[in-house]
Amino acid sequence: MTLLDIDHIDVEFPTPNGPFVALKNVRLKIDEGEFISIIGHSGCGKSTVLNAVAGLTPTSSGGIVMRGKQVIEPGPDRAVVFQNHSLLPWLTAYGNVALAVKKLFRKTMSKAEMHEWIEHNLRLVHMDHAMDKRPHEISGGMKQRVGIARALSMKPDILLLDEPFGALDALTRAHLQDSLMEIKASLNNTVIMVTHDVDEAVLLSDRIVMMTNGPEATVGEILEVDLPRPRDRLSMVDDPEYARCRAEVLRFLYDKQRKVESLDSNKNSNKPGGRAKSRAA
Amino acid sequence: MNTATLFKRAMPMSTPSRLQREIRARTLPVLLSLIGIAGFLVIWSSAASNITTSLGNFPGPSAVYTQFGKLYEEHKAERAKAEAFYERQEKRNADRVAKDPDYVPKIRAYTGKETFLDQIWTSVYTALTGFVFAALIAIPLGIAIGLSRSLSIAMNPVIQVLKPISPLAWLPLVTMVVSGVYTTTDPMFAKSFLNSMITVMLCCLWPMVINTAVGVASIDKDLVNVSRVLSLNALQHTWRIVLPASVPMIFTGMRLAIGIAWMVLIAAEMLAQNPGLGKFVWDEFQNGSSESLSRILAAAIVIGLIGFALDRGMLALQRLLSWDKSSATR
Repeated sequence: MTLLDIDHIDVEFPTPNGPFVALKNVRLKIDEGEFISIIGHSGCGKSTVLNAVAGLTPTSSGGIVMRGKQVIEPGPDRAVVFQNHSLLPWLTAYGNVALAVKKLFRKTMSKAEMHEWIEHNLRLVHMDHAMDKRPHEISGGMKQRVGIARALSMKPDILLLDEPFGALDALTRAHLQDSLMEIKASLNNTVIMVTHDVDEAVLLSDRIVMMTNGPEATVGEILEVDLPRPRDRLSMVDDPEYARCRAEVLRFLYDKQRKVESLDSNKNSNKPGGRAKSRAA
Repeated sequence: MNTATLFKRAMPMSTPSRLQREIRARTLPVLLSLIGIAGFLVIWSSAASNITTSLGNFPGPSAVYTQFGKLYEEHKAERAKAEAFYERQEKRNADRVAKDPDYVPKIRAYTGKETFLDQIWTSVYTALTGFVFAALIAIPLGIAIGLSRSLSIAMNPVIQVLKPISPLAWLPLVTMVVSGVYTTTDPMFAKSFLNSMITVMLCCLWPMVINTAVGVASIDKDLVNVSRVLSLNALQHTWRIVLPASVPMIFTGMRLAIGIAWMVLIAAEMLAQNPGLGKFVWDEFQNGSSESLSRILAAAIVIGLIGFALDRGMLALQRLLSWDKSSATR
């Protein structure tokens, strides 16, 4: 059953030289319980797609429909895990999750139920041992875990992950990917994850959405990953299907959508509507 | 750290124990500060003996020290007088009630002159009152300005012009407005107190408004997005996200403001004749006795110490309340 329908959306950002078209004609249907990765070169607008689904960035034409209702503003039914964790630095891990839970379930849960639900979500991401720690007292991986716990605690219809493990070292990243698969297996959430890591995309996803380069970026190809779950990182290495998927994505990124940029043009090619812009919007 | 290594180099010793190192690391800064103070006293005392004024020699450290003793004696003497006054009054009233049971005793307050210690208290009280009122206005105003770009643009020119106005320019205006508006027959506050307090308030508003506004306006975009995803309403957004996020900047503004409040207060008290340290200095200057200069210097030292204490107090408050401990170090 289709949960989310991204229906021919365009996203434009105003610049002094007229509007910059970041996304053009992006369409994608996502089924309930699916794990979708969006991959593409940096600046291609993959985060913009995610922000549009989140309702943080308005679309200039086309629309996004979830469960028959159009997405017009952000809401807790589309919980976002931000790249740089975005925990409130003055609250503990528990406090950060509690902020979400108290806002959303004050009317439907008793105090004890809310407390149990907060702890439950922190246990789910294996952070129950550091509930009273503040963000500056825990590592980057742990912060991201708390960010995931906060998103899960909202009981969202869809979980939006914006390069959630991009800032982490390889070992921590692998660890968190396993955690995420574990959670996904037990809760069967619908997930959209933006990533630039090919292995991460293949390992985690049911489908990989490959974006063309911006401006006017759109969906290039969609790859079905036909691997049985649960997936094990080590046995995947020798799996022919894994190798095929990996090769497909690499071919798309480095052959069909090669970024032609010489080193010194790099400075001048800071086009508007790149990452920084799409985040700020 | 640095001072400890310096010390070690200066006095090479056979490997000191951990305790010894610890003691050295702690005593050395104290020792150095004492040396600094001693050096200052020497320079002061030798300079003082070479300055002759119409009121005699400029007082050195010892003259000021004896003056502190005298000021304290005066305070005790005045307190004893007050006590004696109330004792006499009580006795007189008791006698009259004994003679005539229908007599309702009148109790009059003692009206002696304020002592130096009373004046210190008056000053601290006046400055803090002005500061608190300023904070109560400035922080909400700063939050509003920080949240609204339009309001910020609208208010900016006004704030920038009002900010550098000297307290000495405000004071006459405040005095006229207070005497024009505050016209009760039974005033709860003395006009001199209101004049000084309001002048202090007007001068320490601005750094708090500006710093709060900057703190609010520079909130991490991601934290705002968190708030949007959670669909926090305007009040929850301000209370749960904006206010805590800007606490470090609010404290920066408050620390600047308390320093300004104290500086402004002394000047304001001189002109407004609020019975605090400013008035003490002014009265001693007008008095022109042979002891005036040493009394003024004693007051100056107290003014400095209290200013220092206010700043440290603010820092302690910041350490206690702000989540960002790194912004509350010095």
